[in-house]
Amino acid sequence: MGKMNVPDGLLYTKEHEWIRIDNHLGTIGITDYAQDALGDVTFVELPKVGDSIRQFEAFSSVESVKAVSDVYAPMSGKIIKVNDGLMESPELINQSPYDKGWMVVIEIFDENEKKNLMTASEYRKYLEGIIE
Amino acid sequence: MRLIFEKGKKGRCGIKIPKSDVPSREFPSRYKRKKDPPLPELSELDVVRHFTRLSQLNFCVDTNFYPLGSCTMKYNPKFTEQVERISGFSNLHPLLSYISEEAVQGALEVIYETERLLCEITGMDEFTTQPLAGAHGELTGLLLISAYHRYKENKKRYVIVPDSSHGTNPASSSTCGYETIVIPTDKDGCMDLRLYKERLSDSVAAVMLTCPNTLGIFNPHIKEVCDLAHSVGALMYYDGANLNAILGKVRPGDVGFDVVHLNLHKTFSTPHGGGGPGSGPVGVKGEICNFLPIPRIIKKDGVFRLDFNRPNSIGHISPFFGNFSVILKTYAYIMLLGREGLISVSEHAVLNANYIRARLKGYYELPYDRICMHECVFSASRQKRYGIRALDIAKYLIDKGFHPPTIYFPTVVKEALMIEPTETESKETLDRFISAMVEIANLAKERPQALKDAPKTTPVKRLDEVKAAREPKLRWEG
Amino acid sequence: MSYVPHTREEVEEMLDAIGVSSIEELFKDIGLALRPRSFNLPSGRSEFEVKEHLERISSKNNANLISFVGGGFYDHYIPSVVDAIAGRSEFYTPYTPYQPECSQGTLQAIYEYQTAICMLTDMDVSNASLYDGGTALFEAVMMSLRVTGRKKIIIDGGVNPIYKHMLFTHTKNLPIEIIKIPPHVGQTNRDEIYRHLDEDTASVVLQDPNFFGTIDEHSDIAERAHRVGALIIESVYPISLGLIKTPGSMGVDIAVGEGQSLGIPLSFGGPYLGFLACKREFLRRMPGRIVGETVDIEGERGFVLTLQTREQHIRRQRATSNICTNSALCALRAVIFLSLLGKNGFTELSKLNYEKSEFAKDLLKGKPGIEVLNSPTFNEFTVRLKRDANEVVNRMIKEGIAAGIPIGRFYEGMENYLLIAVTEKRKKEEILRLCEALNDAVNL
Repeated sequence: MGKMNVPDGLLYTKEHEWIRIDNHLGTIGITDYAQDALGDVTFVELPKVGDSIRQFEAFSSVESVKAVSDVYAPMSGKIIKVNDGLMESPELINQSPYDKGWMVVIEIFDENEKKNLMTASEYRKYLEGIIE
Repeated sequence: MRLIFEKGKKGRCGIKIPKSDVPSREFPSRYKRKKDPPLPELSELDVVRHFTRLSQLNFCVDTNFYPLGSCTMKYNPKFTEQVERISGFSNLHPLLSYISEEAVQGALEVIYETERLLCEITGMDEFTTQPLAGAHGELTGLLLISAYHRYKENKKRYVIVPDSSHGTNPASSSTCGYETIVIPTDKDGCMDLRLYKERLSDSVAAVMLTCPNTLGIFNPHIKEVCDLAHSVGALMYYDGANLNAILGKVRPGDVGFDVVHLNLHKTFSTPHGGGGPGSGPVGVKGEICNFLPIPRIIKKDGVFRLDFNRPNSIGHISPFFGNFSVILKTYAYIMLLGREGLISVSEHAVLNANYIRARLKGYYELPYDRICMHECVFSASRQKRYGIRALDIAKYLIDKGFHPPTIYFPTVVKEALMIEPTETESKETLDRFISAMVEIANLAKERPQALKDAPKTTPVKRLDEVKAAREPKLRWEG
Repeated sequence: MSYVPHTREEVEEMLDAIGVSSIEELFKDIGLALRPRSFNLPSGRSEFEVKEHLERISSKNNANLISFVGGGFYDHYIPSVVDAIAGRSEFYTPYTPYQPECSQGTLQAIYEYQTAICMLTDMDVSNASLYDGGTALFEAVMMSLRVTGRKKIIIDGGVNPIYKHMLFTHTKNLPIEIIKIPPHVGQTNRDEIYRHLDEDTASVVLQDPNFFGTIDEHSDIAERAHRVGALIIESVYPISLGLIKTPGSMGVDIAVGEGQSLGIPLSFGGPYLGFLACKREFLRRMPGRIVGETVDIEGERGFVLTLQTREQHIRRQRATSNICTNSALCALRAVIFLSLLGKNGFTELSKLNYEKSEFAKDLLKGKPGIEVLNSPTFNEFTVRLKRDANEVVNRMIKEGIAAGIPIGRFYEGMENYLLIAVTEKRKKEEILRLCEALNDAVNL
């Protein structure tokens, strides 16, 4: 298994989602490790703008040819934007998991939930444990 | 190969429709379709050649060893194929039975007798032939279970399945409105008894087990599993997908199972048809008989009758009596083989699977290394170290003239290769298959690219399944 | 009879290789206490004996009646080509095409079947088949629940009572509400439907031609349903689609039906063929197998099972359906049948069915004690007799005619109603005989 990209500055979950927090808004996607484990992504099921999502509950799913993976919310919030481009080009999740492959933007309900997430260095350590 | 829609010439027709002997009539235009369906225009020979050529692109049991695990791809006798064409059966309208039972006595006899034979084979009290396939049998069985619990005023919410179960088990549970509890497999390849006891409660409606399970292992503690379920008012469901392993050796009804479904297209050698039709009769015991689908066929003074008067019945699960001609083939198959023949089926199915297990375990990882029943499950984990996956092994086997085993299932085994040889395969065939598997194990180390390049001998090479899923093209559009 | 090829020596060699001394040792996990209490089956017999036995049983059926029995299952002619091709073991002895490279025959045939179903129905996409028309209707209803997230279904009284019954059985344990519109011989009673149609409605289930044979034009209902976000499910009869308006052109969202009439024998109830086709937007909510087109590594066209993440073997308890084995061989029969008839033959066959049935209707009109109830119809219609239809039909069976289905078998209060189907197989003399015999039996 090659070296997985884990950018600094984001927060991570054990289920391999990331969130980038910027002024009460959180952009969410799945990590490089998650996209690699899943293989070529063929379909992304996204929630609707206006839906509320709750920390660690499934809000979306990502499919490859032979697998479906739930995507869990790193933090609670209200969806204010979804990445419609993924409908046409689900491969963006493979090509650019932290940038063009973002999934939704939420308005964060409670910044305190951050404490339940891992920093980049913690997540890197966590991954090492899994890959072992 | 070109599609049928890309062939033909305007004005051609493969059949002569009889000339009308009644007055011509205009169809009212308000209800008329605007344009004729754009079906192809071909001669009879065009059609015959097209589909004959298509048939030649398939591997099948009649041409290739087909050890697709869990599917019991045994030889389908030509005789049982013929019987469905006996015109007294093939032309019989099912609704004639509602009009005149006298007119359909023969057909009712076949169903009645088959139900009785299946009862004796499985140790159940009554059978219904209505369910149209294995998964439909599961749903029927669960509907019977929910009707039973409703009648008893039991509050039930869950169905327990092991993590090695067929996907249809949890899917059928959901379709029936139950939630699924999944129990992991223990180190011996059986449902973990300790975790099972932990999760079992009086809100469990049923425990669904395949026995032997999808790892080909017969759970020696099966009686205890059944007794525990019964102690909390749960019913035991037997997924009969693997019945081929146990004919005459154990009967689910004797062990404590309350509901059983069988896949006639597996154990009883009716053909798989490229994916169906199947048939999934369901057997039950005791009180559950009251809930069986209507109509029931009963025999009174030597005459067969339809009994609709079953107030607790779940109702119709299929329009009539199930897939009648599959049932007819099953009846013929049981008649041909008889008691000794059926016992011999299981003995040789198990012998064949163990032979493959013993001969290949030096070459492939065997995660549950013990005597198996009708199938054995290897892992390609050793080969994965050289970058070779179960998929590559499967594709190379095609070039060697073998249909691949089931791969990536059961999911409790990584890189699973699930091999079910069936009893109708000879030792020579198994030896050839074993040689091919040994060759693959060596190639994985020495020349893995050879496996990656397979298949080379097929009409198409490896297909782009990602493209198919990302840009679904599901019909010809000209 | 046995199909086990092993010689005694081979068995010995194999046991040696395994390292056990007997076959029985392989069954040691099945303890003695678990062994069968009985296994009392007849001894095996030869092919010849079993064949005689089955022929003797089959002769107890009366399969030679002149049949006007339909009710959703029809006595159509099956061209020899269908049996000849579907009887090739390359088609009937493989299983689901999990390995596409060695299953292109089955895969392409299913792709062609999907295309043909779309052509007949004017729908966008079709799956690879379901068990039968009744389970297809059930699956369509489940699909409408998933698409809309609602829990109320309105089912019209024109839907086949057998399918209605199957739907109730299948959904008995689910938290949904099914509104049953009373049976109605004529066209769909709009007011009855609209009275229940609201923003909680997942779907309205219709049938065209309906169970009583009546043809309708359902665009108006579709429009009203769509206005409140409900779907239209319509059960259709494929042979009629050579003439009548297609579900696609009427705005139907999910079209389903029984494909038995497309080259599949009646066989006392199965195996049959359920088809399900829908608008493209609902593709990922569809149940069952679907075949898609793709290319191989060299760019050649090929076919694979696709969108499998919907299915039970991947999504398990959250699958769109529990179906695994479907009716692939029957779907093959259907696509052979349709290819053989082709564009012109199919329309001609459809027209012939219509004309024969109209001829019978005309003959019966004006006969005392017999009232033809519905129009327009396709190849089946309902008459009201002045006496019990079941009695009349049973009397006629003795004369070698199965006159139709007494509707009282399904609906209380309709004991005098008879449903008569006339396919292309019924010759003019036979239709004349039916009408005379019916007249005689009614006006005894």
